[in-house]
Amino acid sequence: MKALLLTARLDIVESLRARWFLIYSLVFGGIVALLFAFGLTESRVLGFIGLSRLLVTYIQLTMAILPVFVLITTVRSVAGDREAGVFEYLLSLPVSLAAWFWGKILGRYVTIFLPVFAAMLAAVLWSLFKSIDVPWAMFFYYTGLLASMAWCFLGIGMLISTLARGTDVAQGAAFMVWLSMLLFLDLILLGVMIQGRVVPEVAVGIALLNPLQVFRTAALAMFDPQLIVLGPSAYVILDLFGNGGYRLYALLYPLAIGSLCALLGYLTFRRSDLP
Amino acid sequence: MIRFENVGKDFKKHRVLDGVSLEVALGERIALIGSNGAGKTTLIRCLLGEYTHQGTVTIAGHSPRDERTRVLGKVGFVPQLPPPLKMPVGQLVKFAAAVCRSDAECIRAVARRLGLAVDEILARPFNRLSGGMKQKLLIAIALGRDTQLLVLDEPAANLDPEARHIFFGLLAERLDNTTMIISSHRLDEVASLVNRVVEMDTGRIVLDDRVAEESKLSALFEVHLTLSRADAAIAKTLGTWQFVDRRDGVEWHGSVSGPDRLRFLGMVSRYVGLLSRIEMQEVDSRVVLQ
Repeated sequence: MKALLLTARLDIVESLRARWFLIYSLVFGGIVALLFAFGLTESRVLGFIGLSRLLVTYIQLTMAILPVFVLITTVRSVAGDREAGVFEYLLSLPVSLAAWFWGKILGRYVTIFLPVFAAMLAAVLWSLFKSIDVPWAMFFYYTGLLASMAWCFLGIGMLISTLARGTDVAQGAAFMVWLSMLLFLDLILLGVMIQGRVVPEVAVGIALLNPLQVFRTAALAMFDPQLIVLGPSAYVILDLFGNGGYRLYALLYPLAIGSLCALLGYLTFRRSDLP
Repeated sequence: MIRFENVGKDFKKHRVLDGVSLEVALGERIALIGSNGAGKTTLIRCLLGEYTHQGTVTIAGHSPRDERTRVLGKVGFVPQLPPPLKMPVGQLVKFAAAVCRSDAECIRAVARRLGLAVDEILARPFNRLSGGMKQKLLIAIALGRDTQLLVLDEPAANLDPEARHIFFGLLAERLDNTTMIISSHRLDEVASLVNRVVEMDTGRIVLDDRVAEESKLSALFEVHLTLSRADAAIAKTLGTWQFVDRRDGVEWHGSVSGPDRLRFLGMVSRYVGLLSRIEMQEVDSRVVLQ
């Protein structure tokens, strides 16, 4: 346990000095700052006003940016460290492989989740200071959603990093994974449905397996409980889960995906060449 | 102490280690030499439990792969190329000391003996240090704890002559209870440090021989050189060995570590046409270094 925490701390210290972390923090901090600057808390769109409007926009933007950011930076730094000889040296020290792998995941999780959460928290604190109403339920659920999303893509990133030996291959694979999920959000799903090649239930099933779509739908469900914007798909989802059930599914399913990928990554890491 | 039994390793279809068998006893100091691609690094990585392989590798009867923490706790490793770590020096020392269950102060003490004032660079990122400073710190991490096996990959390549001498002295303090494997491209770089030479070529051991030990690792020699004329090239080279010009670039004086003699003479041989006199005399290193 001590070695795990030491490794996690080491990874955090290493990440805090990396350029990607600076850009990553600036992007999410910048998004919140821009949303405030553009007066989003004062505007009213589709009945949303105040911080809820800002949080909805923030979560939508985060869902677009966070997965690709987490995937690319994770595979780049893990595969890059391996290529540069960091693994060769640090793994010559007496650290168990379990402590090393899970410590690295823990450290990385802290560094990717904290800036995203801190930006949202800063928005809430600013709203309290400005006497703007804070939708606490929405804030806590979105925090859970972000935590789940970060874990999901971190797990996938770690699996790719252990399977692909080189940085280039790992980066390409990570990008393809993200692109596939992105395409299955709308474009391909809509395309196959329009062409009538698959029954709607299959298309909805694919959407429910795609973590990106799961997040998107769950974020929508917070302000559109009937999921009217989804159209007929909403009936399938709500019949299957109910509103509360779906929101719970949106938290647990990505966590399970991330955990499964991380576990597969660990088992691969244990059996393969380390540097 | 160390046993390699029919160790093989393939990268895709390329055979990098081909049935290597080797036994190394406690206290042996092995020069692992061979050209690029001979299999030295791969063998070291198998020894450190970092590569999967065919055959078996054991250190004191234990597998470095399956019993990492138990085995690697007694192994100090200095890589040829320092890793590009961004963390501060203090963090690296603390981490190494904690996982090795040793005292960070011991690491700092060894670094100080090598001429590296760790306390002044604790906040500096490791990758911003000079090559020599990185090497000294990695040596200090390897030697600043209780190890039974030292695996050193070109360990003194970036050290200045004085630090090399201190480094050799540190190794000399551990001769009786430590096994050393020193990897190098060239035998003359490490010949005086070792008592056994193992040469590898295309993944096989092609030579396994003993080396006569005539000189102590901590020995120091005073050297006087007289040149037939002053020459800028040799003056620059002697300057890197911290030699002092005693008369118009013709008379030079300095000291050379015992294990560095062959390397020094190899360097001097490049200027043999200019050499009119050379004198080497073993002295008490404690007196000279003071």
